[in-house]
Amino acid sequence: MSEKTQATRRVLAEYTYEAPPVERGYTGQTLYVNLSDNTISAKPVTDVMKEKFIGGRGFGLWLLWHGVKDDTKWNDPENEIVISSGPIGGITQYPGSGKSLVVTISPLTDIVIDSNVGGHFGPLLKFAGWDGIEIQGKAEEEVIVVIDGVSGRVTIEEAPDAPVDTHLLGHWLIEQLAEKKEDRYFMSTVSAGSGAEHTRIGCLNFSLYDRKRKAPRFKQAGRGGIGTVFRDKRIKALVVRSGPVRGDSNHPADPERIARVGTRLHKEIHDYDDEQNRMRKRGTPYLVQIMDDYDLLPVHNFKFGSHSDTPKINGDVWEARFTQGLPDGCWYGCTMACSHAVDAYTVRTGPYKGQKVIVDGPEYETIAGVGSNCGIFNPDDILEINFYCDTYGIDTISFGTLTAFVMECYEAGILDKEKTGGLELTFGNGEAAIELLHQMGRGEGFGKIAGQGIRRMKEYFVSEYGADPQFLQDIGMEAKGLEYSEYVCKESLAQQGGYGLTNKGPQHDEAWLIFMDQVSNLLPTFEDKAEALHYFPMFRTWFGLVGHCKLPWNDIVPPDNRYTDEPAKIPEHVQNYVELFSAVTGREITKEDLIAQSEAVYNFQRVFNLRLGKGRREHDAIPYRSQGPVTVEEYESRAERYDQQLREILGLDPEGMSTQEKMAALRKYREEQYERLKDAVYERRGWTPDGVPKLETLKRLGIDFPEVVAVVQKHL
Amino acid sequence: MIRVNNRDEIEWEEGLTPAALLERMRYTFPHIIVTIDGEVVPPEEYATRPIPDGANVQLIHLIAGG
Ligand code: SF4
Repeated sequence: MSEKTQATRRVLAEYTYEAPPVERGYTGQTLYVNLSDNTISAKPVTDVMKEKFIGGRGFGLWLLWHGVKDDTKWNDPENEIVISSGPIGGITQYPGSGKSLVVTISPLTDIVIDSNVGGHFGPLLKFAGWDGIEIQGKAEEEVIVVIDGVSGRVTIEEAPDAPVDTHLLGHWLIEQLAEKKEDRYFMSTVSAGSGAEHTRIGCLNFSLYDRKRKAPRFKQAGRGGIGTVFRDKRIKALVVRSGPVRGDSNHPADPERIARVGTRLHKEIHDYDDEQNRMRKRGTPYLVQIMDDYDLLPVHNFKFGSHSDTPKINGDVWEARFTQGLPDGCWYGCTMACSHAVDAYTVRTGPYKGQKVIVDGPEYETIAGVGSNCGIFNPDDILEINFYCDTYGIDTISFGTLTAFVMECYEAGILDKEKTGGLELTFGNGEAAIELLHQMGRGEGFGKIAGQGIRRMKEYFVSEYGADPQFLQDIGMEAKGLEYSEYVCKESLAQQGGYGLTNKGPQHDEAWLIFMDQVSNLLPTFEDKAEALHYFPMFRTWFGLVGHCKLPWNDIVPPDNRYTDEPAKIPEHVQNYVELFSAVTGREITKEDLIAQSEAVYNFQRVFNLRLGKGRREHDAIPYRSQGPVTVEEYESRAERYDQQLREILGLDPEGMSTQEKMAALRKYREEQYERLKDAVYERRGWTPDGVPKLETLKRLGIDFPEVVAVVQKHL
Repeated sequence: MIRVNNRDEIEWEEGLTPAALLERMRYTFPHIIVTIDGEVVPPEEYATRPIPDGANVQLIHLIAGG
């Protein structure tokens, strides 16, 4: 890459290499970068890594495990950020095959967080010669790390002129580092922003170059504050550049087999997407109205599940706002192409007021989080927040959920204008929410307090403002320290487990069981729920091992799926994954092997949490707002439903009972149910009643490495 | 009376079809599998296939969520 004269870039360390060819989805090496002592080296990918950890999140966990100590905190220099795609990542014949997985110790949860993200970085990193990158240490001054697979050079560089906020930095990096026009096509960057350094909810932005728009676009590794760790390490950006991506760049064992499976799914998307979810036209926002219709859309800090103003922010609105007809895939060959954007949006507040920008998204989670959950039903406010969250490097989900919490605290009198520095943070006040976000970007005022996340705000409001700790515990929608993603799960016990019985915290990417459980009543017993909370988290973990996107699994469905034995699993698509993995790696697997692969990594992550002092039953606790009505207002808004449950399930006569009495009875019952669910799930997963993987489980999964067994033994 | 999803007792009426039932229950999700007494109903018959009184109907929603 050329070094333009207009910007200062000083090379602090350099490493030269020859990019090995990719063989059956692997390059056979990972890149290690230490920013404290400016060392760069290559590490071999071992057979154990391929066999047991597969790639992506599995590689990340393995490398992180060996990089940190038992007492490593998120901001210790030895904490690492590891990024890896996976063996299937980078193929172009099957939709959704270009994801990157990021792991680190989270500033929100103090345990491992993993995040699955689009953009081109992971696959291009592989094509530049690396199955993953592991970054340790902290730089003295702000740096960028450049991995140039074409010239075979990795550098750590000071770049004082580089801006921090992503939408500016993305353009700056292209200008500085892309010598020829085509270079930008095969270049990708990772960056955070100014908000990531002032809060614990920082996200990472992974770029892709959009040839039609002639501009970089950004996909977010949102959850758990990875961007905060990134900025704490004083990294402005990672940049990768590879040679041109070709259909066979991943060098699979059996390309024809991949093409066969891919063609089938492309046809399915082409023929049925318009009548199913319209992902190509509206993407995940199609869910907004559906969630509202089923009383599952979070409204006013998850108090309610629907609102009469939802049509103002539903899929119809976004379909009209999104630029149509562009191939909005976040990796080559994704014909699902759901990664939409609003073009030429004029920013109306803050430091970038007046600029015309591309807003990536909004996705469902953003609309529900910063929209309905905060009582904000104005699409322009949602776009403004979406743009600034991304460029400041702030996770829209945590921002939405914690702002909703702040708004409820404000309306309950725990906060007032004096405490918020003049912000009137009531439900529906978009301007106040936007200003809160700018304060996070600047690291000022109440934004700095809110940016610490709900768990730390609860402690602060109790110690500083004398707030009732039980009330805050009940309404603060966080578990393990991570803010909830955007679904109301009060009426689905299985989904309460889908959020609570997770490794990283309440993100729905492990399991989304609300329809199966609450609506279709397919999981009536504890055993049924436990089986689902075994199968689906294991199945969905697998996407993160191989570099795959979850959406083409079930956001398009073959028409004859209804006639299969287990339609909820989409058996034809599961078989596609079996075929893909076998065809790429040359290792024949079955659908059972696929679950076993995930199970090994999933249990390893649980043990990792134990090693870091968490990962036991007590850490799977959830707030009551996710289980039932906390306030009288909530109970009475759905009184018919709750009264009926008291009558039919508990045999109580609600007539003559006060609302408080009815709430107490319901609460006692629901909390007991959740504890019974824990018992059933732990047993199904091969864990002790305290949630610790048993030795025989580790043995069965082949992860009974001495250091893993040593951690577990302390808890048996 | 019909039984929906092995749980909800729903008033039956003459001419009740899967499409009418879905509308009545405000079930708007696009991937719903309908079975009547264990038999899968093809979607093209949702508007015409009569649901008999006393039927056991399943309205199976596939997984959603981002
Ligand atoms: S389905 Fe959507 S999110 Fe997934 S890879 Fe394709 S464009 Fe990206």
